[in-house]
Amino acid sequence: MTTDERIVVTATINGEERTWLSSSRDSLLEALRERIGLTGAKEGCNNGNCGACSVLMDGRLVNSCLVMAAECEGANITTVEGLAEGDELHPLQTAFLEEAALQCGICTPGFLISSKALLDWKPNPSEEEIRFWLAGNLCRCTGYDKIIRAVEKAAEEMRS
Amino acid sequence: MQAVKYARATSVDEAVQMLRDGGDVARVLAGGTDVIVLARERRRDIDLFVDIKHIPDLIGIDYQAGQGLTLGAATPLYEVYNHPDVKAHYPALVEASHVIGGTAIQGRASLGGNLANSSPAADGIPAMIALGGTAHIAGPNGRRDVPIAEFCTAPGRNVLETGEFIVSLSFPDPAANSGSAWERFIPRNEMDIAVTNAGVYLALDGDTVADARVAIGAVAPTPLLVPAAAEALIGKPLTDETIEAAAEAARQAANPITDMRGTADQRRHLAGVLVKRVLNKAAARARGDE
Repeated sequence: MTTDERIVVTATINGEERTWLSSSRDSLLEALRERIGLTGAKEGCNNGNCGACSVLMDGRLVNSCLVMAAECEGANITTVEGLAEGDELHPLQTAFLEEAALQCGICTPGFLISSKALLDWKPNPSEEEIRFWLAGNLCRCTGYDKIIRAVEKAAEEMRS
Repeated sequence: MQAVKYARATSVDEAVQMLRDGGDVARVLAGGTDVIVLARERRRDIDLFVDIKHIPDLIGIDYQAGQGLTLGAATPLYEVYNHPDVKAHYPALVEASHVIGGTAIQGRASLGGNLANSSPAADGIPAMIALGGTAHIAGPNGRRDVPIAEFCTAPGRNVLETGEFIVSLSFPDPAANSGSAWERFIPRNEMDIAVTNAGVYLALDGDTVADARVAIGAVAPTPLLVPAAAEALIGKPLTDETIEAAAEAARQAANPITDMRGTADQRRHLAGVLVKRVLNKAAARARGDE
C-alpha cells in the first residue's frame, strides 16, 4: 500500500504568493479549504458535475475538485475571496445581492467565479451564452433566472 | 482519495521513464477530469500520477496547409474549439469539443484524454474517426501510430499497453470541396452524455461524393467507423436516396444496449437520424453554403 507524500506547494492565490504543506493526494479544493483556510470554494459533488468548487487557474475556469494541489506549483489561482477589493464588492457580487440571485448560497461562490470568467472573456454575452457558459454550475434554489438577470446586470454595470 | 503521488514530466522520454518505474499503478494525468474521479472513487488502483501537461509536445495546435492538423494530446478543449484553423478546416472537432462537459471541464479536458478514456459514448471520438485521425503513442517499446478508428477495443479499454500514452493526434488536411460535421442527441440542451452521436467527413467532386467517412457513437461497445455507410456514398451523387442508404448502413452497424439513457431501438433509430443530419450539414459546408 502506497502512502502519500508530504509536498510543499507555492502558488499565487488571490494575488498573494502562498506556500503551504499539502499531501500529494490533496485536490486543490482540499488544499484551499483545509490547508490554506479559504473556505469560499465549496465541495458539492466532488466529481466535476456541480461547479460549487469553481476557481480560476491561470485565468481559466476549472473545477478545483478535479485539480491536484501538486499541479498548482507556480500557478495563479483566483477564488471567490479574491473578487472583492477590500470592502468594495465586485459588481457581480452586488448584482447577485440586488437581484436576489441566491437562496442557500452554497452554489454562489462557484457562480460568481464562473460568471467572472465569462465576463473576462466576453463583456457583453447574450442570455443564451450566459446560460450555456453557466451550465456546469448547478443551483437547486433559484431556478437560474435570477442568476442570469444578475449576470446581465453586472455585465451592463461593468461596461459603463 | 486513495494515497497517490504526483510527478511532473517535462519530456516524453522522462514521462516514459516515470511510467516504467511506476508500473501498472502509474497513470498519466492530463486534464484529470476523468482520471482524478476514477482515483477518488477507487475504480482504478492508482498510486502515481505522471503529469504530462508540461511536455511541449503534449500541448499545442499546429495546422499546415497540405499537411494537416497536429494536436498535442493534452491540449485543453477550449483551445481546440477557439482555434481559427480548427474552426476553418475541422468543424466536426469544434462541434464535439464544445459540448464535452461544461466550461470548467473544457478548461482542462483534452481530446487525447477523451480518446484514452475510451467511453463508448465519448463525444470526441466519432468526430476524430470521421476526420481520419491518427493517435501517436509513446511507451517503453518506443513510438507507434494507431488509427483512431482502431484505438478503442471495449468500454474503457483500448490498445494502450502498460506505460504507453498518447503524445499527439493528427488529422489529414481536408480535400478541397469537403466538409465535416458532428452532432449528438441528448434529451436536454447541454451537460449530458450522448444517447447517440455521429460524425462525418464528406468530399464532393461536383455533385458526386469523392470521399466519405461516417462514424457513430454510444451504439456499440466502442465508437464505430461505418465503412458500409461510406461505400453507400462514394462515387455516387449525394441525393436523398444515397443519404438514406448511408443512414441504413449506420443503423445496421449499430449494436446498442438499452440503459437509463435510451433503448436499443431508440439508439438504432437515432444513428440513422443523426447520420442524415450530419451528412446534410457536411455537404452544405463542402459546397460552401455554410
